[in-house]
Amino acid sequence: MAEAAAVVAESLAGYRARAARAVLEQVVLPGEELLLPEQEDGEGPGGAGERPLRLNAGARSRGRVVCGPGLRRCGDRLLVTKCGRLRHKEPGSGSGGGVYWVDSQQKRYVPVKGDHVIGIVTAKSGDIFKVDVGGSEPASLSYLAFEGATKRNRPNVQVGDLIYGQFVVANKDMEPEMVCIDSCGRACGMGVIGQDGLLFKVTLGLIRRLLAPDCEILQEVGKLYPLEIVFGMNGRIWVKAKTIQQTLILANILEACEHMTADQRKQIFSRLAES
Amino acid sequence: MQRGLDSETKKQLEEEEKKIISEEHWYLDLPELKEKESFIIEEQSFSLCEDLLYGRMSFRGFNPEVEKLMLQMNAKNKAEEVEEETVELDVSDEEMARRYETLVGTIGKKFAKKRDRANYEEDENGDIKPIKTRKMFLKPQD
Repeated sequence: MAEAAAVVAESLAGYRARAARAVLEQVVLPGEELLLPEQEDGEGPGGAGERPLRLNAGARSRGRVVCGPGLRRCGDRLLVTKCGRLRHKEPGSGSGGGVYWVDSQQKRYVPVKGDHVIGIVTAKSGDIFKVDVGGSEPASLSYLAFEGATKRNRPNVQVGDLIYGQFVVANKDMEPEMVCIDSCGRACGMGVIGQDGLLFKVTLGLIRRLLAPDCEILQEVGKLYPLEIVFGMNGRIWVKAKTIQQTLILANILEACEHMTADQRKQIFSRLAES
Repeated sequence: MQRGLDSETKKQLEEEEKKIISEEHWYLDLPELKEKESFIIEEQSFSLCEDLLYGRMSFRGFNPEVEKLMLQMNAKNKAEEVEEETVELDVSDEEMARRYETLVGTIGKKFAKKRDRANYEEDENGDIKPIKTRKMFLKPQD
């Protein structure tokens, strides 16, 4: 205990911004500053005191670096605002300096523009629906924001229905607004989610893991029996299968996936496949 | 009794005003604040960071429409990545410009009247270019 405290004190006393490249895939804490690759060149090993100011700002050959969730711009550096692992993605087409973000874990959702979420209609007032998306305030959804909706032809949405839509306005100053059509006016699978099924809540990190392109969990789940799943980026999942029991099994598996290792998961799936 | 100001005093006042409101009046006396061009963009969305799949899924034919959607949306993501590769041009820009230039002449010739058609042939260097000079009515000089 004493040693750990001494180490921490040492690191805080000798604080210097670390290079982002050196910290990839490691845990970072809020308040740390990270240097982007081009800025580390002036740092000598064990440089004493302050870094010399770099004035040759014209020699920037890199493109724009995007700082994603969990990071903020602080002058020329990145400031960490959430604890988690630092991740980086190389730019695909060569332009730009790639994306850095912090892979953190949380249950509370904050509306973000462009996210697809599952909401519950809580109120119907005049021309808009109030939809609870798990954020600090209910989002508003206009009745014209459905495919094929006109003033005369209103969508059939009741209080208590589940809606799969995306945010068009989501910032800290305004009430979030969502729609169920894309920019071309097509539904693209958004709108009212059908009858039956079960809605449950998981952590946001699990949703992102499940929606990753190479997710084993989903591949295994898909082999069990016919089912339908809808993932909302606000931590809500809706599942439906042919019988209630199958639906409940599915919900339990997805909830438990958070804390299971790959082996335990395989055991469970094999047991299910037998029965 | 004289109401109003003399023309002289008026002129003096105007001149004084002009002195005060000179062009410099419209510029602030602050030092130029240059906004540093920042190379870092902030985004709060995870969709940029990780390539996530489409949120609606159906397995083993439970909901055929959703399965069709899945193929469409996930293929769209991959198609975007493929399109970003450089597209090779079949015809270079210069050649295109040259062809277009002569094309205008050839089509223009089709619609020109018989008299104007003669103008088209004169400039031939291998290219057909129309002459823009037209014969206007000249007033007879006495």
